[in-house]
Amino acid sequence: MAKQSVLIPLCAFAILVAVLGLGFTLSDHNDLPAQRVDESMPSFSLPSLWQPESQITAAALDGEAALINVWATWCPSCIAEHAELARIHSEEGVRIVGVNYNDDPEAARAFLRKWGDPYAFHIVDAEGTLAVDLGVYGAPETFVIDSRGVIRYRHVGVVTERVFEEKLKPLLIQFQEAS
Amino acid sequence: MRVLKVLGLFVLLTVPVGQVIPAIEAQAFPNDGVKARYYDLIAEFRCPQCLNTNLAGSDAMIAQDLRKTILRLLIEGKTDAEIETYLYDRYGDFILYEPRLTPRTWLLWLGPLGLGILGLWIWLSLGWKRKRPDGKTLSEDEQRRVQRLLERS
Repeated sequence: MAKQSVLIPLCAFAILVAVLGLGFTLSDHNDLPAQRVDESMPSFSLPSLWQPESQITAAALDGEAALINVWATWCPSCIAEHAELARIHSEEGVRIVGVNYNDDPEAARAFLRKWGDPYAFHIVDAEGTLAVDLGVYGAPETFVIDSRGVIRYRHVGVVTERVFEEKLKPLLIQFQEAS
Repeated sequence: MRVLKVLGLFVLLTVPVGQVIPAIEAQAFPNDGVKARYYDLIAEFRCPQCLNTNLAGSDAMIAQDLRKTILRLLIEGKTDAEIETYLYDRYGDFILYEPRLTPRTWLLWLGPLGLGILGLWIWLSLGWKRKRPDGKTLSEDEQRRVQRLLERS
């Protein structure tokens, strides 16, 4: 009998450890549900940053696997990843499309003039409508889309060389070949 | 004085903060019905960026955008359920304080029930054990000894 009463708190403790342990594995703040993965880009019609009078639609994204980078000049992490995006574009030849999110377009243009513009073009999302449709949590976020404009991956946070090599590049290669 | 302090502390600790008054942008509401539903809805959804703040209480950029989105959907005449679905399609369980029942959330929903059953089982098994397993009771001598020991203490 004494043996069993020792077992009960031990079992309870083991269960507690198991549940909390599972909780810790789930607690990665960057591991957010990516609802939009494997869906087409949401439809939109928004102005271009460099040609504000012309509208860009989702059709402009077709034809080539690409990175969609949600950025803004008010976002320090976006500024931090700018150099890596420039490298990815110049050394790896990757097409990068910018979503300039809730930003002052003039500030965005000034930033790009000063530090260079590795992006193919920028979509001006002044009201955050495209960001909400993409399920964006906060800038910077980077999506991998395939050549048909289907979202294949979402990365939250700064794109470093390691993130690019380990996650984004294999997907870009895979979805470039698949289509 | 001390009583006052204790009382003051008690009041401070127990009076609920109530609705957190959001320091947010002014919105132009077409009517009071939309306004009331707007404030209900932004209190009901969780901000995707700030851990465990609702949309009403968050300063995050995305929370502002989602407040605008909710107002736009309300003005378009969407029902509360349609707005929930709209946000769920984009942000998933994260945005709901009461996640939907899916395989991913079974543990969350059914866990407490399981713990309750476990507790009941432990409680019952401990309760039964109080009885002597051989079913004997104390003899008269033993009874008297217990009485003496109790009186002495």
